[in-house]
Amino acid sequence: MSSARTFAGKSGRAASSKTGPAVHGESRAVSGFHLLSNAEMRRIAERVFKLSDADETEVGIDVTSDALTRFANNTIHQNVAEQVLTVSVRTVLDGRTARATTNKTDEDSLKRVVAASKSLAQSQPKVPGLLPMPGAQKYGKVSRFFENTAYATPADRARAVTRVAALAEKNKQTAAGIFATGTRQFAIANTTGLFASHRQTRAEFSITILEPDSSGWAKANAPNLGHIDPDALARGASEKSKASRNPLEVAPGPWTVILEPAAVLDLVGSLFYDFAGTAVQDQRSCFNKRMGKRVMGDNIVLQDDVFHPLQSGPPFDGEGIPRQKVLLVDRGVPKNLVYSRATAKKMKVQPTGHGMPLPNEYGEAPLNLVFGGGSSSVDEMVRSTDRGILVTRLWYIREVDPYEKVLTGMTRDGTFLVQDGRVVSGVRNFRFNQGLLEMLSNVEMLGAAVRAAGEESFEMVVPSMKVRDFHFSEVTKF
Amino acid sequence: MLSGIGTHFSAFRDDSSFCVGSEFMMHDFANWALETARSRGAKYADVRVMDIRHRDLSTKNCQVGTLAESESLGIGIRVVAAGSWGFASTDRLTREGIAACAAEAVAIAKASAMAKRHDVEMVPVEAYQDTWQNPYIKDPFQIPLERQLELLLAADREMSRVKGVTLTETSMAFRRIEQLFASSVGSVIHQIKMQSGAGIVATSFSGSEIQKRSYPNSFGGQHMLAGYELVESLDLIGNAGRVAEEAVALHSAAQAPEGSATLILDSSQLGLQIHESIGHPIELDRVLGMEANFAGMSFLTLEKLNKLRYGSEIVNVVADARLEHGPGLGTFGYDDEGVPAQCTPIITDGVFTGYLSDRETAVRIGLKHSGGTMRTESWNRLPIIRMTNISILPGTWSYENLIADTDDAILMETNRSWSIDDRRYHFQFSTEIAWEIKGGKKKRMLKNPSYSGITTEFWNSCDAICSREYWTLWGTPNCGKGQPMQTMGTGHGASPARFRNVKLGAAFAKS
Repeated sequence: MSSARTFAGKSGRAASSKTGPAVHGESRAVSGFHLLSNAEMRRIAERVFKLSDADETEVGIDVTSDALTRFANNTIHQNVAEQVLTVSVRTVLDGRTARATTNKTDEDSLKRVVAASKSLAQSQPKVPGLLPMPGAQKYGKVSRFFENTAYATPADRARAVTRVAALAEKNKQTAAGIFATGTRQFAIANTTGLFASHRQTRAEFSITILEPDSSGWAKANAPNLGHIDPDALARGASEKSKASRNPLEVAPGPWTVILEPAAVLDLVGSLFYDFAGTAVQDQRSCFNKRMGKRVMGDNIVLQDDVFHPLQSGPPFDGEGIPRQKVLLVDRGVPKNLVYSRATAKKMKVQPTGHGMPLPNEYGEAPLNLVFGGGSSSVDEMVRSTDRGILVTRLWYIREVDPYEKVLTGMTRDGTFLVQDGRVVSGVRNFRFNQGLLEMLSNVEMLGAAVRAAGEESFEMVVPSMKVRDFHFSEVTKF
Repeated sequence: MLSGIGTHFSAFRDDSSFCVGSEFMMHDFANWALETARSRGAKYADVRVMDIRHRDLSTKNCQVGTLAESESLGIGIRVVAAGSWGFASTDRLTREGIAACAAEAVAIAKASAMAKRHDVEMVPVEAYQDTWQNPYIKDPFQIPLERQLELLLAADREMSRVKGVTLTETSMAFRRIEQLFASSVGSVIHQIKMQSGAGIVATSFSGSEIQKRSYPNSFGGQHMLAGYELVESLDLIGNAGRVAEEAVALHSAAQAPEGSATLILDSSQLGLQIHESIGHPIELDRVLGMEANFAGMSFLTLEKLNKLRYGSEIVNVVADARLEHGPGLGTFGYDDEGVPAQCTPIITDGVFTGYLSDRETAVRIGLKHSGGTMRTESWNRLPIIRMTNISILPGTWSYENLIADTDDAILMETNRSWSIDDRRYHFQFSTEIAWEIKGGKKKRMLKNPSYSGITTEFWNSCDAICSREYWTLWGTPNCGKGQPMQTMGTGHGASPARFRNVKLGAAFAKS
């Protein structure tokens, strides 16, 4: 008996003829990497359906191939690749449901995962209001798979790292960061006729440039490797490190701040679950009892839009329901929430296609947030500021007060004093304790909305912001 | 050989099922990987074949929330070739799939060498052939799910009975990690770790405030390297009513004060304080800049070893992965480089005396042996330096005497939020609840407590630590580090302790 997944060999041969040789004739991104066709994923699902005698059965198939080159001290110190295929089975038996997942796809393992799912389902009381699985759906088109990204090689990444390390050395600086590329492919199928599939690629480059008493940072993430420019990002981080040498210590307190997009992202990212219908029902959303009331400035518009050209992800949710574009905040007023099918039924509204895979206790969440932008550049924000702080990036953001949405965290890797319309010096990093709704009521200028990447939130489309009375509470030692 | 290895029982497996992750096959997988790596030119290789099982249960408002099991089997292959590191992983566990993966690891290492500054150097390690398994009494995967859910639902119902509670949540999580480590040094080490955890939370929304109380700890409760007996020992049902009542009572409690004051931390909050302000800064990969882009660096630069006064003279901290320290989430037989579990003194009588190291970073600071702290989340992740059990050693005070000896202080319990800068100097924590201590007695309840400070100033202000009787080995199951991100369980032994002149209240200050 072998642990080999019986479909892998077939699909591997089929895919290899389609995908052609690796870029530059070098070793491929991930060994044995192959894409599955929709027909192949349907066949996997059908194998599971045949093994299941549950009332209803749902199959999730997820294929991930990722590679990441990590550098520090101007050299590559970690360089990894992974390939994972998982099959997840949700069964429904007499009003009960549960999920079991495996990455073993031989016949015996699939039998076991079906049996495990059924056994879990049977062990619980009936789920009140459990809905039947949805039937076939129609989806809007998104195109987020790029071959140049799927087949990037370790040598491609190493060459870019070699160049940015050389730039750092030339400037007597030290570079650390990552260069990652990968592919994700997944499908949902159920016994009532639904089949949804999506494939997309991902490229990410992040760099920190260090000097003895300063640092600078830049990061970009996109489905298309062609949209990532490691050399430009390295130059930006290098310039920030240079500009923040000999940091001053300035007093904490209420400051006018200019937040670059990554800093905005990592703050507003903490809002995403507050827009879930379930979070409002559970009375843990900051929008509980605030829907329809002005709680932010009238220059704040926010929507969830999976079809936005700078967004990523599939056009369907964890149950296979089509994602809809939802206006969440209109001119400072929270207008709409997002709903899974079950939450929508409880709250007597229509589902929006934002449900998480079942079963779960969280319901749904918007994952494709797009903020409305403005027309001001960061340079214009600086020129308009008599005294303020320019923030590149924030770090270790945690929620202090969930209803007032007070967040704490630190500035990091490029924090500058702005005086009389220009950047005059680096400053030591601050701790902030800031109410997010209050902050979004104090936005004086907005930049163009861009796809931003940080470390505390998933990627979103957000603008830079100039904000008055941002509360820095303490200063650290560097 | 330990009995029962390779045969598991649960919803996933029954007595008759063939276990593809059996130790027998793991040996084959590892040998195929080492053979290929060697033939492709690797000078060193190590392999982890891991078979990981999860069971997660949760309830919310007296209904079942999550009910899921998963299993994951695969191989991770790490090599040194052309003087550089390469790592590849796969779940295609055929001879062909493993050979391709090993070849890819070597190819990646050769690509790494394009940006090489020096060849990889490592301190030596002996070859070990061994098996290790943590002791437990009750296999949580053999306990009927109905019984586990019944316990959670009963605790949930107890919390829901309290008027004013608006949200109740409970959870259990179990992990079984079986792995075979093999290396070109000649080690073959088979380990099985069984991990259990559970917790409950009551939340109350009223007016414009959300308050919550958790038991036995926040963010998932208590987790240890133990069986289901841990869950049974927690008495979730017996504590549910109290937790719910406290969550509601917090709405009418006074606001915790701002300013400088004496602070007493309960053992769970002290455990997290250790994690953030001692455990992370002592990671040698951070100190040497390897985590600079993501997790950050450390204020503990190399010249501070054996010189820096980290804390007051009563502060003694160890990194101890040995079973005799306790069944913590940082307990194991061997780390993921095949180095035996050991105890490293981190702070000795207040002086900084040790880092967390691996075979490579040990060379950089002149150590003869690795500290044995390389750990990986799963077969598809590279081992990196991680905390083991980073614990403060017990002091001499009884808890009752500590309170009686304190004239004016704030006692804070159960973490609510945590944040620290990227070099681990400046931190801020808030807790779910606090109590006023006046004249040696515990007085009124306080809400929204927080404290902040600079790491070394804080630990130097410690003037009392409670004794072994009050010491708990807490589990932090969700420590994130590395790129790609890895989540790891770490252990933190702590007993209540007192700190003088600590800044309170910055998180909720209005000005």
